[in-house]
Amino acid sequence: MNRLPLLPRTIRTALPALPTLLALVSSFLLFMLFLGVQGKPSWEACRLVFEGAFGSVFAWENTLQRAAPLMLTALCVALPAHAGLIIIGGEGALVLGALAAAVLPRIVPGLAPLPMLLGMGCVSMLAGGLWIGINGWMRQKRGLNETIGSLLLSYIAIALFNQLVEGPLRDPASLNKPSTPPLAEDYLIGPLSESFQVHWGLVAGVLACVLAHVLVRYSVTGFSLRIVGGNVRTARMVGLPVDRLVLLTCVLGGACAGLAGMFEVSAVQGSANAALIAGYGVSGILVAFAARHNPPGIIVCAILLGGIEASGSLLQRRLGLPDATTLILEGLLFTNLLAWEALWGRIGRWRLYLGERYERRYAMEAQHG
Amino acid sequence: MSTLDRRDFLKLTGLIGLSAALPLSLARAADKPLAVGFIYVGPRDDFGYNQAHAQAAAIIKSLPNVRVIEEENVPETVAVQKTMEAMIRQDGVGLIFPTSFGYFDPHVIRVAKRFPEVRFAHCGGLWQEGVHPGNAGSFFGYIDEGQYLNGVVAGYASKSKKLGFIAAKPVAQVLRNINAFTLGARSVAPDITTTVIFTGDWSLPVKEAEAANSLIDQGCDVLTCHVDGPKVIVETAEKRGVMSCGYHASQAALAPKGYLTGAEWNWETPYRAHVEAAQKGAPMNNFLRGGLKDGFVKTSSYGPLVSDEARARADAIKAQMIAGKLDIFIGPIKDNRGNVVIAAGTAHAQTDVVLEGMNYLVEGVRGQI
Repeated sequence: MNRLPLLPRTIRTALPALPTLLALVSSFLLFMLFLGVQGKPSWEACRLVFEGAFGSVFAWENTLQRAAPLMLTALCVALPAHAGLIIIGGEGALVLGALAAAVLPRIVPGLAPLPMLLGMGCVSMLAGGLWIGINGWMRQKRGLNETIGSLLLSYIAIALFNQLVEGPLRDPASLNKPSTPPLAEDYLIGPLSESFQVHWGLVAGVLACVLAHVLVRYSVTGFSLRIVGGNVRTARMVGLPVDRLVLLTCVLGGACAGLAGMFEVSAVQGSANAALIAGYGVSGILVAFAARHNPPGIIVCAILLGGIEASGSLLQRRLGLPDATTLILEGLLFTNLLAWEALWGRIGRWRLYLGERYERRYAMEAQHG
Repeated sequence: MSTLDRRDFLKLTGLIGLSAALPLSLARAADKPLAVGFIYVGPRDDFGYNQAHAQAAAIIKSLPNVRVIEEENVPETVAVQKTMEAMIRQDGVGLIFPTSFGYFDPHVIRVAKRFPEVRFAHCGGLWQEGVHPGNAGSFFGYIDEGQYLNGVVAGYASKSKKLGFIAAKPVAQVLRNINAFTLGARSVAPDITTTVIFTGDWSLPVKEAEAANSLIDQGCDVLTCHVDGPKVIVETAEKRGVMSCGYHASQAALAPKGYLTGAEWNWETPYRAHVEAAQKGAPMNNFLRGGLKDGFVKTSSYGPLVSDEARARADAIKAQMIAGKLDIFIGPIKDNRGNVVIAAGTAHAQTDVVLEGMNYLVEGVRGQI
């Protein structure tokens, strides 16, 4: 048994992170260049990005709070992606999940807080799961392109949401901001602790990512999913229930987005209204692709994106830079990630090469020894 | 030989140390500028709602002993809560102007409770004694007075006797503007009608342009609106050769030919009041309202197509409003389905809160809620 020495072994394990690291470095260099060309203090801006995102306890609160819903909406993209689907309609699942959670206390009033919150979580996941599930079903049974389908269904979901919130479900007291009736104080989810102002959606997000990782990496279902995603003909040939697996990922993904909606209602807004349609579903797509649909990677990428958004706020206030600066940094980061992705094939070869080189050396040493 | 023994040394250092706590430092504290934070829901240069606020903020910036911190494009989610908290923690603001209506409940209320020493002057919300924290408050303007004057000028300018109104959502504030505009126009020529199109949200430039084209195709020759950014509507009207009345801020620069006049906010007045109170340490004025008379709203100067007759009439009405002698909503007023909504003999003063719950379109408006 040959074990690699420590240094090459570390290099070998760390190699997959190389594209991400290079993307970080190159996008920040480009960002500084971009600011420098316009005569803005580029070094100061980078320092503020760090300070605003991770520089203090408050900055961490700010970052994690913004990251929490993105973890859940990113799973709505990543889970179906493992079965080879590109679903981009998480926004629709989120708003319907939010609406379901907001109306539950009206349908079954008077429950104790804990059962009510669990109930709200369940109905929101049901609503979200159903909505993305329709996508999976239409693709498998009707041959409809799931990307276009999910995008259009998302528009329909938002229209439905607006129609209900501004019509039959509207609280008559919400004069200029149509909303459902506010949740009772008992049904609101508070922060993790008074000294750490991040709501429980973060815990749900991390937990969902961990569970998703276990599912796709360590379960038989996950293994089957990889075959379905890799080559659907092979999957059918070996007798895998392709339709059921595809549907399962869609329902689970949609349930995650729906749950994000429930937290937006019970931990942030206190009712369902149009402020929920804030683009979390869209940012989730970005996060999922940047993380290459890998659930632990989603946690990291969501925190990164949350951090950039948090620091964008500081950049505006300190340097008077327009809000679009944040978008430029985000854009640079994600295009660079995709560009460095091209290294991926080579990294596989490097890893093999590292292994082979040492094997040869050991073999030679064994001969001479 | 030193003449300073240990006892004297202690006395001296003690004196210097104590002096730090003396009124000398209080004098310096009074000199410390008041940091004021402004939060906008959209871009500062939208030729509309946010620009009206940013223009007034620029005036506040020029006041002595005031430091202004701004942030734009802040959605009505947890993002605005974190932005307010960041302004307090990172920039030390003592007064915040969260300028979007949707910021109030629950975001401003929640943050205001956590930071009782900071003042929150919210634009548009309905602050209520005993319900909402005392360090928060709301201010707003009776801009329907400006829309009434828009209607008067439009009534003179229109040849087709058909006016067009592009509105975001059928909420009370918007309905009040549509009705005031129509009543103003019909005070000039009782056969005038206003056709209204609701786009569904506050900022949907593509739909707004489509609505403007559609109204012009239907024969409307003066357009006005209640959306966040009237830019596209005013530009479309100018391009198609019809007239327009502005809203929020002046759009005269976008339509040098067809711009008649406009209903503009003058947020400088409430801003100054809040800043002065904060600087003096005077108690917070929690509920601040005003119209033309109080300098909360103003009108754009007349464009070239406004006839002398129209100018004279509009100026006379404006003078009456400023003198407090003219109410807009005087019975009998019927809605556009024939029901009497304000009985004969009833006159609602501008300050009457009944008007803030308006849920009908008056006779002469084509469209439905």
